[in-house]
Amino acid sequence: MRVDCNAFLGAYPWRKVPGTSPEALVAALARTKIDVAWLTHLPSLFWRDPTAGNAWLCETAKAHKGFRPVPTVHPGLAQWEHVLADAANAGAPAVRCDPLYLGIDPAGGEMRVLAAACGATRVPLMLAVRLEDARQRHPNDRVAELPAAAVRALIRSDPDVRLIVTHADRAFIEEVHFGSTPEEARRIWWDICWIWGPPEDHLATLLETIGSERFVFGTGQPLRLPENSVAKLDLLDLKPETRAAIESQNLAALASGGDA
Amino acid sequence: MLIDVHAHFYHQRTPRSDWRERNASRLGAGEKIGITVHVASILGSFGLTSPTYFPSPRDVTAGNDALLALQRAHPERIRGYACVNPNYTAHARAEIVRCLDAGMIGIKLAASRRADDPLLDPIAALARERRVPVLQHIWQHRRHDWPGQEASDAVELCTLARRHPDVAFILAHIGGGGDWLHSLHAVRDVPNVYVDLSGSGVDGGMLEACIESAGVSRLVWGSDITMDTGWAKLRYLESQLTREEIAAIRWKNAARIFPAGAFPSD
Repeated sequence: MRVDCNAFLGAYPWRKVPGTSPEALVAALARTKIDVAWLTHLPSLFWRDPTAGNAWLCETAKAHKGFRPVPTVHPGLAQWEHVLADAANAGAPAVRCDPLYLGIDPAGGEMRVLAAACGATRVPLMLAVRLEDARQRHPNDRVAELPAAAVRALIRSDPDVRLIVTHADRAFIEEVHFGSTPEEARRIWWDICWIWGPPEDHLATLLETIGSERFVFGTGQPLRLPENSVAKLDLLDLKPETRAAIESQNLAALASGGDA
Repeated sequence: MLIDVHAHFYHQRTPRSDWRERNASRLGAGEKIGITVHVASILGSFGLTSPTYFPSPRDVTAGNDALLALQRAHPERIRGYACVNPNYTAHARAEIVRCLDAGMIGIKLAASRRADDPLLDPIAALARERRVPVLQHIWQHRRHDWPGQEASDAVELCTLARRHPDVAFILAHIGGGGDWLHSLHAVRDVPNVYVDLSGSGVDGGMLEACIESAGVSRLVWGSDITMDTGWAKLRYLESQLTREEIAAIRWKNAARIFPAGAFPSD
Protein backbone atom coordinates (compact mmCIF):
# COMPACT_ATOMS: atom_id res chain seq x y z
CA MET A 1 0.00 0.00 0.00
CA ARG A 2 1.39 3.38 -1.01
CA VAL A 3 -0.37 6.65 -0.22
CA ASP A 4 0.71 9.99 -1.64
CA CYS A 5 -0.37 12.67 0.81
CA ASN A 6 0.94 15.53 -1.31
CA ALA A 7 -0.61 15.67 -4.76
CA PHE A 8 -2.53 18.22 -6.78
CA LEU A 9 -5.10 18.43 -9.52
CA GLY A 10 -5.50 21.27 -11.97
CA ALA A 11 -3.32 23.75 -13.79
CA TYR A 12 -0.42 25.72 -12.33
CA PRO A 13 -0.42 29.42 -13.17
CA TRP A 14 3.32 29.92 -13.53
CA ARG A 15 4.30 27.37 -16.15
CA LYS A 16 2.96 24.62 -18.39
CA VAL A 17 2.68 21.39 -16.43
CA PRO A 18 1.49 18.19 -18.08
CA GLY A 19 -0.62 15.63 -16.27
CA THR A 20 -2.91 17.91 -14.28
CA SER A 21 -6.21 16.23 -15.15
CA PRO A 22 -7.85 13.50 -13.06
CA GLU A 23 -7.29 11.00 -15.87
CA ALA A 24 -3.61 11.86 -16.10
CA LEU A 25 -3.28 11.52 -12.36
CA VAL A 26 -4.87 8.09 -12.46
CA ALA A 27 -2.25 7.09 -15.04
CA ALA A 28 0.57 8.53 -12.93
CA LEU A 29 -0.62 6.67 -9.86
CA ALA A 30 -0.75 3.42 -11.81
CA ARG A 31 2.70 4.07 -13.24
CA THR A 32 4.24 4.60 -9.82
CA LYS A 33 2.14 2.02 -7.97
CA ILE A 34 0.51 4.59 -5.72
CA ASP A 35 -2.82 3.32 -4.42
CA VAL A 36 -4.23 6.48 -2.91
CA ALA A 37 -3.56 10.18 -3.44
CA TRP A 38 -4.53 13.01 -1.12
CA LEU A 39 -5.34 15.87 -3.44
CA THR A 40 -5.63 19.62 -3.39
CA HIS A 41 -7.04 21.75 -6.18
CA LEU A 42 -3.94 23.54 -7.42
CA PRO A 43 -5.37 26.54 -9.30
CA SER A 44 -7.45 27.71 -6.36
CA LEU A 45 -4.36 28.09 -4.15
CA PHE A 46 -3.87 31.26 -6.17
CA TRP A 47 -7.44 32.51 -6.08
CA ARG A 48 -8.71 35.19 -3.71
CA ASP A 49 -11.14 32.62 -2.43
CA PRO A 50 -9.17 29.36 -2.55
CA THR A 51 -12.15 27.44 -1.22
CA ALA A 52 -13.97 27.94 -4.53
CA GLY A 53 -12.15 24.91 -5.91
CA ASN A 54 -13.20 22.60 -3.10
CA ALA A 55 -16.57 21.56 -4.51
CA TRP A 56 -15.03 20.40 -7.79
CA LEU A 57 -12.26 18.67 -5.87
CA CYS A 58 -14.68 16.74 -3.66
CA GLU A 59 -16.89 15.75 -6.60
CA THR A 60 -13.87 14.58 -8.57
CA ALA A 61 -12.56 12.62 -5.61
CA LYS A 62 -15.90 10.87 -5.23
CA ALA A 63 -15.65 9.69 -8.81
CA HIS A 64 -12.21 8.11 -8.45
CA LYS A 65 -11.47 5.24 -6.14
CA GLY A 66 -7.97 6.28 -5.09
CA PHE A 67 -8.59 10.00 -4.63
CA ARG A 68 -9.03 11.68 -1.25
CA PRO A 69 -9.78 15.42 -1.16
CA VAL A 70 -7.71 17.81 0.91
CA PRO A 71 -9.83 20.98 0.72
CA THR A 72 -8.32 24.39 1.24
CA VAL A 73 -9.40 26.61 4.14
CA HIS A 74 -8.87 30.37 4.27
CA PRO A 75 -9.14 31.52 7.89
CA GLY A 76 -9.42 35.14 6.79
CA LEU A 77 -12.71 34.63 4.99
CA ALA A 78 -16.00 34.77 6.84
CA GLN A 79 -17.58 31.42 7.64
CA TRP A 80 -14.36 29.53 7.08
CA GLU A 81 -15.47 27.31 9.96
CA HIS A 82 -18.13 25.89 7.66
CA VAL A 83 -15.45 24.89 5.15
CA LEU A 84 -13.60 23.04 7.87
CA ALA A 85 -16.77 21.39 9.12
CA ASP A 86 -17.72 20.34 5.61
CA ALA A 87 -14.29 18.83 5.12
CA ALA A 88 -14.55 16.92 8.37
CA ASN A 89 -18.04 15.71 7.52
CA ALA A 90 -16.91 14.64 4.06
CA GLY A 91 -14.16 12.53 5.59
CA ALA A 92 -11.32 14.59 4.20
CA PRO A 93 -8.07 13.19 5.61
CA ALA A 94 -6.72 16.74 6.08
CA VAL A 95 -7.28 20.35 5.13
CA ARG A 96 -4.72 22.62 3.55
CA CYS A 97 -3.83 26.21 4.30
CA ASP A 98 -0.77 27.85 2.79
CA PRO A 99 -0.87 31.21 4.54
CA LEU A 100 1.71 33.01 2.47
CA TYR A 101 -0.17 32.21 -0.74
CA LEU A 102 -3.22 33.75 0.93
CA GLY A 103 -1.34 36.82 2.06
CA ILE A 104 -1.80 36.19 5.77
CA ASP A 105 0.70 35.99 8.59
CA PRO A 106 1.83 32.36 8.80
CA ALA A 107 2.02 32.52 12.58
CA GLY A 108 -0.61 35.20 13.13
CA GLY A 109 -3.99 35.19 14.79
CA GLU A 110 -5.93 33.78 11.86
CA MET A 111 -3.63 30.80 11.49
CA ARG A 112 -3.66 30.17 15.24
CA VAL A 113 -7.44 30.15 15.30
CA LEU A 114 -7.46 27.76 12.34
CA ALA A 115 -4.92 25.54 14.11
CA ALA A 116 -7.13 25.42 17.18
CA ALA A 117 -10.19 24.58 15.11
CA CYS A 118 -8.32 21.82 13.30
CA GLY A 119 -7.24 20.48 16.68
CA ALA A 120 -10.81 20.53 17.98
CA THR A 121 -12.20 18.75 14.91
CA ARG A 122 -9.24 16.32 14.78
CA VAL A 123 -8.54 17.23 11.17
CA PRO A 124 -4.82 17.51 10.37
CA LEU A 125 -3.67 20.81 8.89
CA MET A 126 -1.38 20.62 5.87
CA LEU A 127 1.09 23.35 4.86
CA ALA A 128 3.73 23.50 2.16
CA VAL A 129 7.11 25.12 2.69
CA ARG A 130 7.29 25.81 -1.03
CA LEU A 131 5.87 24.47 -4.27
CA GLU A 132 8.88 25.07 -6.50
CA ASP A 133 12.61 25.64 -6.15
CA ALA A 134 13.08 29.33 -5.42
CA ARG A 135 15.76 29.56 -8.11
CA GLN A 136 13.39 28.77 -10.93
CA ARG A 137 10.21 30.54 -10.02
CA HIS A 138 8.47 32.93 -12.35
CA PRO A 139 9.70 36.52 -11.85
CA ASN A 140 6.25 37.53 -10.66
CA ASP A 141 5.90 34.57 -8.28
CA ARG A 142 7.21 36.30 -5.19
CA VAL A 143 5.47 34.43 -2.40
CA ALA A 144 7.94 33.81 0.41
CA GLU A 145 8.68 30.31 1.61
CA LEU A 146 7.02 29.18 4.83
CA PRO A 147 9.39 29.96 7.70
CA ALA A 148 10.30 27.22 10.17
CA ALA A 149 9.44 29.63 12.98
CA ALA A 150 5.82 29.65 11.80
CA VAL A 151 5.57 25.88 12.09
CA ARG A 152 7.03 26.02 15.60
CA ALA A 153 4.56 28.75 16.53
CA LEU A 154 1.58 26.86 15.14
CA ILE A 155 2.39 23.58 16.84
CA ARG A 156 2.75 25.45 20.15
CA SER A 157 -0.44 27.39 19.64
CA ASP A 158 -2.82 24.51 20.29
CA PRO A 159 -2.24 21.25 22.15
CA ASP A 160 -4.40 19.23 19.79
CA VAL A 161 -3.41 20.52 16.37
CA ARG A 162 -1.58 18.07 14.11
CA LEU A 163 0.43 19.34 11.17
CA ILE A 164 1.53 17.75 7.92
CA VAL A 165 4.34 19.82 6.45
CA THR A 166 5.23 19.19 2.82
CA HIS A 167 8.22 20.19 0.66
CA ALA A 168 10.55 20.70 3.65
CA ASP A 169 14.26 19.94 3.47
CA ARG A 170 16.51 18.47 6.11
CA ALA A 171 17.57 21.77 7.70
CA PHE A 172 13.98 22.95 8.02
CA ILE A 173 12.83 19.69 9.56
CA GLU A 174 15.70 19.56 12.04
CA GLU A 175 15.12 23.16 13.06
CA VAL A 176 11.46 22.56 13.81
CA HIS A 177 11.82 19.11 15.32
CA PHE A 178 14.63 19.93 17.71
CA GLY A 179 13.11 23.35 18.36
CA SER A 180 9.98 21.71 19.70
CA THR A 181 9.24 19.67 22.79
CA PRO A 182 8.93 15.91 22.22
CA GLU A 183 5.18 16.25 22.72
CA GLU A 184 4.96 19.01 20.10
CA ALA A 185 7.21 17.16 17.67
CA ARG A 186 4.97 14.09 17.89
CA ARG A 187 2.17 16.13 16.34
CA ILE A 188 4.09 16.97 13.16
CA TRP A 189 4.45 14.72 10.10
CA TRP A 190 6.90 15.47 7.30
CA ASP A 191 6.50 14.46 3.70
CA ILE A 192 9.69 13.16 2.10
CA CYS A 193 9.48 14.77 -1.33
CA TRP A 194 12.06 17.53 -0.74
CA ILE A 195 14.55 15.55 1.35
CA TRP A 196 17.73 14.42 -0.40
CA GLY A 197 18.50 10.74 -0.64
CA PRO A 198 21.80 8.99 -1.46
CA PRO A 199 24.59 9.73 -2.02
CA GLU A 200 23.76 12.39 0.57
CA ASP A 201 22.54 11.06 3.90
CA HIS A 202 19.77 13.57 4.60
CA LEU A 203 16.82 11.19 4.55
CA ALA A 204 18.72 8.33 6.17
CA THR A 205 19.92 10.63 8.94
CA LEU A 206 16.46 12.06 9.60
CA LEU A 207 14.93 8.60 9.80
CA GLU A 208 17.53 7.72 12.41
CA THR A 209 17.61 10.93 14.44
CA ILE A 210 13.96 11.93 14.31
CA GLY A 211 12.34 8.57 13.68
CA SER A 212 10.60 6.98 10.74
CA GLU A 213 7.23 7.44 12.45
CA ARG A 214 7.40 11.15 11.66
CA PHE A 215 7.70 10.75 7.88
CA VAL A 216 5.06 10.18 5.26
CA PHE A 217 5.15 9.50 1.56
CA GLY A 218 4.42 12.54 -0.60
CA THR A 219 5.40 13.56 -4.09
CA GLY A 220 4.20 17.04 -4.96
CA GLN A 221 2.94 15.68 -8.27
CA PRO A 222 2.28 16.79 -10.95
CA LEU A 223 4.60 19.73 -10.27
CA ARG A 224 7.25 17.11 -9.47
CA LEU A 225 7.75 13.63 -10.87
CA PRO A 226 6.26 11.15 -8.40
CA GLU A 227 9.00 8.70 -9.34
CA ASN A 228 11.39 10.72 -7.21
CA SER A 229 9.89 9.84 -3.85
CA VAL A 230 9.77 6.16 -4.80
CA ALA A 231 13.37 6.25 -6.01
CA LYS A 232 14.73 7.77 -2.82
CA LEU A 233 13.13 5.01 -0.76
CA ASP A 234 14.44 2.40 -3.18
CA LEU A 235 17.96 3.74 -2.65
CA LEU A 236 17.78 3.24 1.12
CA ASP A 237 18.15 -0.13 2.78
CA LEU A 238 14.96 0.13 4.80
CA LYS A 239 13.34 -2.66 6.75
CA PRO A 240 10.01 -3.59 5.14
CA GLU A 241 8.12 -2.40 8.20
CA THR A 242 9.87 0.95 8.12
CA ARG A 243 9.07 1.43 4.48
CA ALA A 244 5.46 0.42 5.03
CA ALA A 245 5.19 2.93 7.85
CA ILE A 246 6.44 5.73 5.62
CA GLU A 247 4.42 4.70 2.61
CA SER A 248 1.08 4.28 4.32
CA GLN A 249 0.88 3.30 7.97
CA ASN A 250 1.96 6.59 9.50
CA LEU A 251 -0.73 8.34 7.48
CA ALA A 252 -3.26 5.72 8.51
CA ALA A 253 -2.45 6.37 12.15
CA LEU A 254 -2.71 10.08 11.59
CA ALA A 255 -6.01 9.79 9.75
CA SER A 256 -7.46 7.63 12.48
CA GLY A 257 -6.89 10.42 14.93
CA GLY A 258 -3.84 9.18 16.73
CA ASP A 259 -0.28 10.32 16.78
CA ALA A 260 2.85 8.27 16.85
CA MET B 1 24.45 0.27 -20.20
CA LEU B 2 23.97 3.49 -18.26
CA ILE B 3 26.46 6.35 -18.28
CA ASP B 4 26.27 9.06 -15.62
CA VAL B 5 27.85 12.05 -17.35
CA HIS B 6 27.71 14.26 -14.28
CA ALA B 7 29.07 12.77 -11.08
CA HIS B 8 31.23 14.13 -8.28
CA PHE B 9 33.50 12.53 -5.74
CA TYR B 10 35.27 13.98 -2.73
CA HIS B 11 38.70 13.53 -1.23
CA GLN B 12 40.58 14.03 1.98
CA ARG B 13 41.41 17.70 1.45
CA THR B 14 37.83 18.94 1.18
CA PRO B 15 35.62 20.32 3.97
CA ARG B 16 33.64 17.09 4.15
CA SER B 17 34.73 14.79 6.93
CA ASP B 18 32.35 12.18 5.52
CA TRP B 19 34.04 12.11 2.11
CA ARG B 20 34.72 8.38 2.21
CA GLU B 21 31.10 7.61 3.11
CA ARG B 22 29.76 9.87 0.36
CA ASN B 23 32.03 8.30 -2.25
CA ALA B 24 30.98 4.83 -1.13
CA SER B 25 27.35 5.90 -1.07
CA ARG B 26 27.58 7.11 -4.67
CA LEU B 27 29.05 3.85 -5.82
CA GLY B 28 26.48 1.89 -3.82
CA ALA B 29 23.58 3.90 -5.20
CA GLY B 30 25.06 3.49 -8.64
CA GLU B 31 24.93 -0.28 -8.24
CA LYS B 32 21.24 -0.09 -7.38
CA ILE B 33 20.45 2.25 -10.26
CA GLY B 34 22.54 0.22 -12.67
CA ILE B 35 25.13 2.84 -13.53
CA THR B 36 27.87 1.34 -15.64
CA VAL B 37 30.26 4.29 -15.54
CA HIS B 38 30.32 7.43 -13.39
CA VAL B 39 32.00 10.21 -15.39
CA ALA B 40 33.06 12.42 -12.52
CA SER B 41 34.89 15.57 -11.57
CA ILE B 42 36.37 16.98 -8.40
CA LEU B 43 36.23 20.76 -8.06
CA GLY B 44 39.59 21.41 -6.42
CA SER B 45 39.32 21.34 -2.64
CA PHE B 46 35.57 22.11 -2.69
CA GLY B 47 36.26 25.28 -0.74
CA LEU B 48 38.77 24.09 1.84
CA THR B 49 41.81 26.01 0.59
CA SER B 50 40.34 27.90 -2.38
CA PRO B 51 36.74 28.55 -3.48
CA THR B 52 34.87 25.67 -5.09
CA TYR B 53 34.20 27.63 -8.25
CA PHE B 54 37.49 29.51 -8.28
CA PRO B 55 39.95 26.75 -7.42
CA SER B 56 43.63 27.58 -7.18
CA PRO B 57 45.98 25.77 -9.58
CA ARG B 58 47.34 23.78 -6.66
CA ASP B 59 43.85 22.66 -5.64
CA VAL B 60 42.90 21.91 -9.24
CA THR B 61 45.86 19.57 -9.52
CA ALA B 62 45.18 17.95 -6.15
CA GLY B 63 41.53 17.37 -7.03
CA ASN B 64 42.41 15.89 -10.39
CA ASP B 65 45.03 13.69 -8.75
CA ALA B 66 42.41 12.41 -6.33
CA LEU B 67 40.09 11.62 -9.21
CA LEU B 68 42.82 9.84 -11.11
CA ALA B 69 43.40 7.73 -7.99
CA LEU B 70 39.69 6.88 -7.87
CA GLN B 71 39.77 6.02 -11.55
CA ARG B 72 42.67 3.66 -10.91
CA ALA B 73 40.87 2.14 -7.91
CA HIS B 74 37.63 1.61 -9.85
CA PRO B 75 38.72 1.15 -13.46
CA GLU B 76 35.41 -0.39 -14.48
CA ARG B 77 33.23 2.24 -12.82
CA ILE B 78 34.87 5.67 -12.78
CA ARG B 79 36.14 7.92 -15.54
CA GLY B 80 37.26 11.49 -15.04
CA TYR B 81 36.80 14.98 -16.31
CA ALA B 82 39.86 17.19 -15.96
CA CYS B 83 38.58 20.13 -13.94
CA VAL B 84 40.40 23.38 -14.66
CA ASN B 85 40.26 27.10 -13.89
CA PRO B 86 40.51 28.98 -17.22
CA ASN B 87 41.91 32.08 -15.51
CA TYR B 88 45.21 30.19 -15.31
CA THR B 89 45.40 29.40 -18.99
CA ALA B 90 48.78 27.72 -19.14
CA HIS B 91 48.08 25.62 -16.08
CA ALA B 92 44.64 24.71 -17.38
CA ARG B 93 45.94 23.51 -20.72
CA ALA B 94 48.81 21.60 -19.15
CA GLU B 95 46.45 20.03 -16.63
CA ILE B 96 44.07 18.91 -19.36
CA VAL B 97 46.89 17.29 -21.30
CA ARG B 98 48.23 15.60 -18.16
CA CYS B 99 44.85 14.24 -17.11
CA LEU B 100 43.76 13.09 -20.57
CA ASP B 101 47.09 11.34 -21.00
CA ALA B 102 46.42 9.62 -17.69
CA GLY B 103 43.07 8.32 -18.89
CA MET B 104 40.50 11.02 -18.24
CA ILE B 105 37.92 11.45 -20.97
CA GLY B 106 36.57 15.00 -20.76
CA ILE B 107 37.01 18.55 -19.49
CA LYS B 108 34.98 20.12 -16.69
CA LEU B 109 34.55 23.87 -16.55
CA ALA B 110 32.76 25.07 -13.47
CA ALA B 111 32.20 28.76 -12.85
CA SER B 112 35.56 30.45 -12.79
CA ARG B 113 35.02 32.44 -15.97
CA ARG B 114 31.98 33.19 -18.12
CA ALA B 115 31.54 30.61 -20.90
CA ASP B 116 31.60 33.16 -23.72
CA ASP B 117 34.87 34.71 -22.52
CA PRO B 118 37.77 34.43 -25.01
CA LEU B 119 39.82 32.81 -22.25
CA LEU B 120 37.85 29.65 -22.88
CA ASP B 121 38.88 29.45 -26.53
CA PRO B 122 42.26 27.81 -25.92
CA ILE B 123 40.52 25.19 -23.80
CA ALA B 124 37.89 24.55 -26.43
CA ALA B 125 40.64 24.29 -29.03
CA LEU B 126 42.35 21.65 -26.92
CA ALA B 127 39.05 19.80 -26.54
CA ARG B 128 38.76 19.70 -30.32
CA GLU B 129 42.34 18.54 -30.71
CA ARG B 130 41.87 15.73 -28.18
CA ARG B 131 38.28 15.00 -29.27
CA VAL B 132 36.80 15.19 -25.77
CA PRO B 133 33.60 16.92 -24.60
CA VAL B 134 33.43 19.90 -22.28
CA LEU B 135 30.99 19.78 -19.37
CA GLN B 136 30.09 23.38 -18.51
CA HIS B 137 28.44 24.27 -15.19
CA ILE B 138 25.34 26.31 -15.98
CA TRP B 139 22.95 28.48 -14.01
CA GLN B 140 19.72 28.13 -15.94
CA HIS B 141 18.89 31.75 -16.80
CA ARG B 142 21.23 33.71 -14.59
CA ARG B 143 19.46 36.99 -13.92
CA HIS B 144 22.25 38.41 -11.78
CA ASP B 145 25.59 37.45 -10.35
CA TRP B 146 25.49 34.92 -7.56
CA PRO B 147 28.09 34.98 -4.81
CA GLY B 148 30.91 32.51 -5.00
CA GLN B 149 30.74 31.83 -8.71
CA GLU B 150 30.99 33.43 -12.12
CA ALA B 151 28.18 31.29 -13.42
CA SER B 152 27.34 31.03 -17.07
CA ASP B 153 23.96 30.48 -18.59
CA ALA B 154 22.91 28.67 -21.74
CA VAL B 155 23.11 31.73 -23.96
CA GLU B 156 26.76 32.20 -23.04
CA LEU B 157 27.56 28.53 -23.52
CA CYS B 158 25.88 28.60 -26.92
CA THR B 159 28.05 31.56 -27.90
CA LEU B 160 31.14 29.50 -27.12
CA ALA B 161 29.67 26.45 -28.86
CA ARG B 162 29.04 28.42 -32.05
CA ARG B 163 32.68 29.53 -32.04
CA HIS B 164 33.75 25.88 -31.75
CA PRO B 165 31.25 23.86 -33.80
CA ASP B 166 33.41 20.74 -33.78
CA VAL B 167 33.46 20.46 -29.99
CA ALA B 168 30.68 18.76 -28.02
CA PHE B 169 29.58 20.87 -25.06
CA ILE B 170 27.43 19.43 -22.29
CA LEU B 171 25.10 21.94 -20.68
CA ALA B 172 25.22 20.88 -17.04
CA HIS B 173 22.29 19.90 -14.84
CA ILE B 174 19.18 21.18 -16.57
CA GLY B 175 17.44 20.39 -13.27
CA GLY B 176 20.11 22.09 -11.19
CA GLY B 177 18.28 25.27 -10.44
CA GLY B 178 17.05 28.23 -12.40
CA ASP B 179 14.75 28.65 -15.36
CA TRP B 180 15.40 25.55 -17.45
CA LEU B 181 12.97 26.65 -20.11
CA HIS B 182 15.16 29.66 -20.85
CA SER B 183 18.11 27.32 -21.42
CA LEU B 184 16.11 24.99 -23.61
CA HIS B 185 15.09 27.84 -25.88
CA ALA B 186 18.74 28.82 -26.18
CA VAL B 187 20.08 25.39 -27.17
CA ARG B 188 17.38 24.52 -29.67
CA ASP B 189 19.40 25.27 -32.81
CA VAL B 190 22.93 24.74 -31.48
CA PRO B 191 23.62 21.13 -32.48
CA ASN B 192 26.88 20.70 -30.58
CA VAL B 193 25.31 21.49 -27.19
CA TYR B 194 24.02 18.45 -25.33
CA VAL B 195 21.64 18.71 -22.39
CA ASP B 196 22.60 16.85 -19.22
CA LEU B 197 19.46 15.83 -17.34
CA SER B 198 21.02 15.89 -13.88
CA GLY B 199 20.20 18.10 -10.90
CA SER B 200 17.86 18.01 -7.97
CA GLY B 201 14.95 19.36 -10.01
CA VAL B 202 12.32 16.81 -11.02
CA ASP B 203 9.77 19.23 -12.39
CA GLY B 204 6.81 17.86 -14.25
CA GLY B 205 7.11 19.05 -17.82
CA MET B 206 10.86 19.57 -17.80
CA LEU B 207 11.70 16.36 -19.62
CA GLU B 208 9.02 16.93 -22.23
CA ALA B 209 10.51 20.37 -22.83
CA CYS B 210 14.01 18.88 -23.13
CA ILE B 211 12.83 16.46 -25.79
CA GLU B 212 10.95 19.13 -27.65
CA SER B 213 13.89 21.51 -27.64
CA ALA B 214 16.99 19.36 -28.04
CA GLY B 215 15.51 16.08 -29.24
CA VAL B 216 16.35 12.68 -27.83
CA SER B 217 19.65 12.65 -29.73
CA ARG B 218 21.06 15.52 -27.66
CA LEU B 219 20.06 14.40 -24.18
CA VAL B 220 22.53 12.70 -21.86
CA TRP B 221 21.70 11.20 -18.49
CA GLY B 222 23.38 12.28 -15.28
CA SER B 223 22.83 12.64 -11.57
CA ASP B 224 25.08 15.36 -10.07
CA ILE B 225 24.73 15.63 -6.27
CA THR B 226 21.34 13.91 -5.99
CA MET B 227 21.00 10.44 -7.47
CA ASP B 228 17.38 9.79 -6.53
CA THR B 229 16.31 12.63 -8.80
CA GLY B 230 18.38 11.25 -11.66
CA TRP B 231 16.85 7.84 -11.20
CA ALA B 232 13.36 9.35 -11.08
CA LYS B 233 13.88 11.12 -14.39
CA LEU B 234 15.21 7.95 -15.97
CA ARG B 235 12.21 5.95 -14.73
CA TYR B 236 9.82 8.53 -16.08
CA LEU B 237 11.50 8.60 -19.47
CA GLU B 238 11.44 4.81 -19.61
CA SER B 239 7.68 4.98 -19.28
CA GLN B 240 7.37 7.48 -22.11
CA LEU B 241 9.96 6.63 -24.77
CA THR B 242 10.83 3.74 -27.03
CA ARG B 243 13.64 1.33 -26.20
CA GLU B 244 15.88 2.92 -28.84
CA GLU B 245 15.22 6.41 -27.54
CA ILE B 246 15.99 5.33 -23.99
CA ALA B 247 19.20 3.65 -25.09
CA ALA B 248 20.26 6.91 -26.69
CA ILE B 249 19.77 8.82 -23.46
CA ARG B 250 21.19 6.07 -21.25
CA TRP B 251 24.49 5.71 -23.10
CA LYS B 252 24.53 5.95 -26.89
CA ASN B 253 24.59 9.74 -27.05
CA ALA B 254 27.37 9.80 -24.46
CA ALA B 255 29.33 7.16 -26.34
CA ARG B 256 29.10 9.37 -29.41
CA ILE B 257 30.63 12.46 -27.81
CA PHE B 258 33.23 10.90 -25.52
CA PRO B 259 36.40 9.43 -26.99
CA ALA B 260 36.13 6.02 -28.62
CA GLY B 261 36.77 3.27 -26.10
CA ALA B 262 35.83 5.42 -23.12
CA PHE B 263 33.14 2.97 -22.03
CA PRO B 264 33.23 -0.82 -21.67
CA SER B 265 31.31 -2.04 -24.69
CA ASP B 266 31.91 1.07 -26.72
